[in-house]
Amino acid sequence: MLVEVENLRIAFPTPTGLSEAVCGISLALGQEKLGIVGESGSGKSLTARALLRLLPRSAQVTAERLSFDGIDLLRADERTMRRIRGRRAGLILQDPKFSLNPVMAVGEQIAEAWRLHKQGGRRAAREAALALLDQVRIRDPARVAGLYPHELSGGMGQRVMIAMMLAPDPELLIADEPTSALDATVQAEILRLMEDLVARRGMALILISHDLPLVSHFCDRVIVMYAGRVMEALAARDLAQARHPYTRGLLACLPSLVHPRAPLPVLARDPAWSP
Amino acid sequence: MRAWLLTDAPNSRRQAAWGRRYRSWLLFRANHLAFAGLVVVLVLILVSLAAPVLATHNPYAQDLADRLAAPSPRHWLGTDELGRDLYSRLLYGGRITLGMVVAIVLMVAPVGLIIGCVAGYLGGLADRVLMRVTDIFLAFPRLILALAFVAALRPGISSAVFAIALTSWPPYARLARADTLTVRNADFIAAVRLTGARAGRVILRHVMPLAVSSVIVRVTLDMAGIILTAAGLGFLGMGAQPPTPEWGTMIAATRGYILQQWWVPTIPGLAIFVAALAFNLLGDGLRDVLDPKQR
Amino acid sequence: MSGSVHARLARLAGTAGSVPITLFGLILVTFLIGRVMPIDPVIAIVGDHAPPDVIARVRAELGLDRPLPVQFGIYLDHLLHGDLGRSVMTTHPVTQDIATYFPATFELATTAIILAILVGVPAGVLAAARQGSRLDHLVRVVTLTGQSIPVFVLGLIFLLTFYVKLGIAPGTGQIDVAYDGLVEPVTRMLVVDAALEGQWDVFWDALAHLALPALVLAYFSLAYITRMTRAFMLDALAGEYIVTARAKGASGARIVWRHAFGNIAVPLVTVIALAYAGLLEGAVLTETVFSWPGLGLYLTVSLLNADMNAVLGATLVVGLIYVVLNLLADLAYRVLDPRTR
Repeated sequence: MLVEVENLRIAFPTPTGLSEAVCGISLALGQEKLGIVGESGSGKSLTARALLRLLPRSAQVTAERLSFDGIDLLRADERTMRRIRGRRAGLILQDPKFSLNPVMAVGEQIAEAWRLHKQGGRRAAREAALALLDQVRIRDPARVAGLYPHELSGGMGQRVMIAMMLAPDPELLIADEPTSALDATVQAEILRLMEDLVARRGMALILISHDLPLVSHFCDRVIVMYAGRVMEALAARDLAQARHPYTRGLLACLPSLVHPRAPLPVLARDPAWSP
Repeated sequence: MRAWLLTDAPNSRRQAAWGRRYRSWLLFRANHLAFAGLVVVLVLILVSLAAPVLATHNPYAQDLADRLAAPSPRHWLGTDELGRDLYSRLLYGGRITLGMVVAIVLMVAPVGLIIGCVAGYLGGLADRVLMRVTDIFLAFPRLILALAFVAALRPGISSAVFAIALTSWPPYARLARADTLTVRNADFIAAVRLTGARAGRVILRHVMPLAVSSVIVRVTLDMAGIILTAAGLGFLGMGAQPPTPEWGTMIAATRGYILQQWWVPTIPGLAIFVAALAFNLLGDGLRDVLDPKQR
Repeated sequence: MSGSVHARLARLAGTAGSVPITLFGLILVTFLIGRVMPIDPVIAIVGDHAPPDVIARVRAELGLDRPLPVQFGIYLDHLLHGDLGRSVMTTHPVTQDIATYFPATFELATTAIILAILVGVPAGVLAAARQGSRLDHLVRVVTLTGQSIPVFVLGLIFLLTFYVKLGIAPGTGQIDVAYDGLVEPVTRMLVVDAALEGQWDVFWDALAHLALPALVLAYFSLAYITRMTRAFMLDALAGEYIVTARAKGASGARIVWRHAFGNIAVPLVTVIALAYAGLLEGAVLTETVFSWPGLGLYLTVSLLNADMNAVLGATLVVGLIYVVLNLLADLAYRVLDPRTR
């Protein structure tokens, strides 16, 4: 098992007391592609960031178990975490306009990711960066490497992000809403690219999204989250036979060209789902 | 009462508005430094207003036999170079300083607000002309332009007030203009105009109230700067003239005594520091509550 | 994130595009102050005790019997020829006086800004990186005090502490009386001139005299620079790209300096230019306290003597420098930031 999480709780202090954003999540990940689906505020991004201990200092993280390849992440010190981050697990964020350093050329950012974990000088890093840009199917890598993030389109920016996170050859890739900021046409391309690279490198993938059909298409297993809790966990191919009313409600909300439904059903939220 | 203010489901707009104000007040009070600033400012105002009652001596009464005396039960803070009681002069000096600041703010804030709102709302030529004028005044360092003005008029409190006011209004105009530009194209402004309201009414009743809060924050933050500028003018002999007990002027007259009777110039200096510090803390606290984005 | 740094900067730097108009406005304002506002501009220039023929001559020179626009034209003409009038106090042309006294202010201001940058920028960066720590609180106390204390009070306190009580700093003035006039005034910055001539006694004495006023001014600038650095860094550290850098496994120091600081370096240059401009104001008061023979002292003394030509000349020059510094600040931002290319 690559990742093991048991009863993860993440709380934030607020003026009116402690607010729990994640209330007891458990999951296990092996060499597979796991999708985490939920609406905004369900706690899916927080869970992913907790795996790399990238939450803000004010966050209070507790769990019975939080481990990566057997390493206890709760008790790990900063140096141990730095050896995991990047080298063994990478994180792709949503919007390259904000997640890339605006005043650094993208080639340099990829080279930095390479140099942090691999032995080699500037020239080796630059060559590696160009090779990675080629792997993410960017034409003319040498020209793009000198560009700044604001000069890139959304799709190109995400390719750069992917290249950057794959530079140290990690075992796990966590993608937090990687396509939510992209046009629909570009979304599919980026996801296929990620799928291809993950398969070729033998990596595990955690794909976080609010888009249920997208996740079910690209992942082996799906976890459905709501209000900081896991509502249901099932294999992707069994999604149509989901049993939890929340999942069924999500499925029912999806508009369909083939079976049009006049008026679209609205999800009825049961307060029992978030006590 | 508290429950009525903090309820999650207010029954009227008034209740909601008061609830909001109360919540802002709670937030402000939680900031201990800002609250301390508010307390000190209030104390300063009270003490200045009550100066005639609180003073032990006439601030102009000289006693040349008792010059430069150390603090004693008779003269709580000692005496200055002409034997005048420092404590009483300090109190009356507070009046002058606060009076100058209030006068300046009362001149500067409305003028800046109006110019900024008019420029922002009307746009076009009016906007360009008004902003050029604003830029020209912003291009001068405040103290130096104030000095030049006072030099042309007669040095004194009213010249100083007028000079500082003349150099302080530009930032408010810019702030008000920026706020106006953000709401100028809002739907509710269009709605008011559709009902036939003329530009003046729209600006006065609908645009200006929205620009007021950032102006208030800026005013409080600026007050410290105004106090320092006024004291600076006094120190250079261009503000209040002796024997008026303005803090800056007092320091100028007694700075030669720093070697022996160091408290004589230092105590008014400390007073200026405390006043400016209080306004800075208050301003920071207000900004955190009213406009946290500006932080 | 970057949006608010931009917005903050836009508020600070103002518009530089209208420099010629601003300069024109400056000249117009000084003209109004000098010729229109005083009750009798001639008396303002030549003083109360001037003989009647001098008064009549100056009145004719200034064209005070002509209409205002003509007077302004005469004023403008004089300016363009570098003629700022003659100082009643020193009897030299004002331009010559300014050339004599400006270098001392330049020496003082430049030393102060260098000190302020060397201490203030790292302090601001570290305070933001360790927000809430003791260092952060110390920095905030220092900046708050620097914003609240009048510069002349601080100067007096420094004099009291270091000169009177501790005796480790020399008194006021630029140089000890014993060394006065020993060095050839090449740049008129005593420290530089003494070093150029190899007169090391004079050099050390000049440096010692420079220390206190420079420290006072530096504290001021430091309060401003540290506050802005800290604010910029807090904004930068909240950015998403910082999460990315952490996810890459970069160390804390690298994140703070290479990534966050790299993002604020350009706006910081603008802040420093503005801080330098702000030093001009502080210099007026500091030079008065320390009897430092610079432009600020010249301005103050002219004010006390009601020497209008000198006052206006100095005001105009200071205003000009201010405008140029603001322009440089804006240009630096446009040139250095890769996002504006």
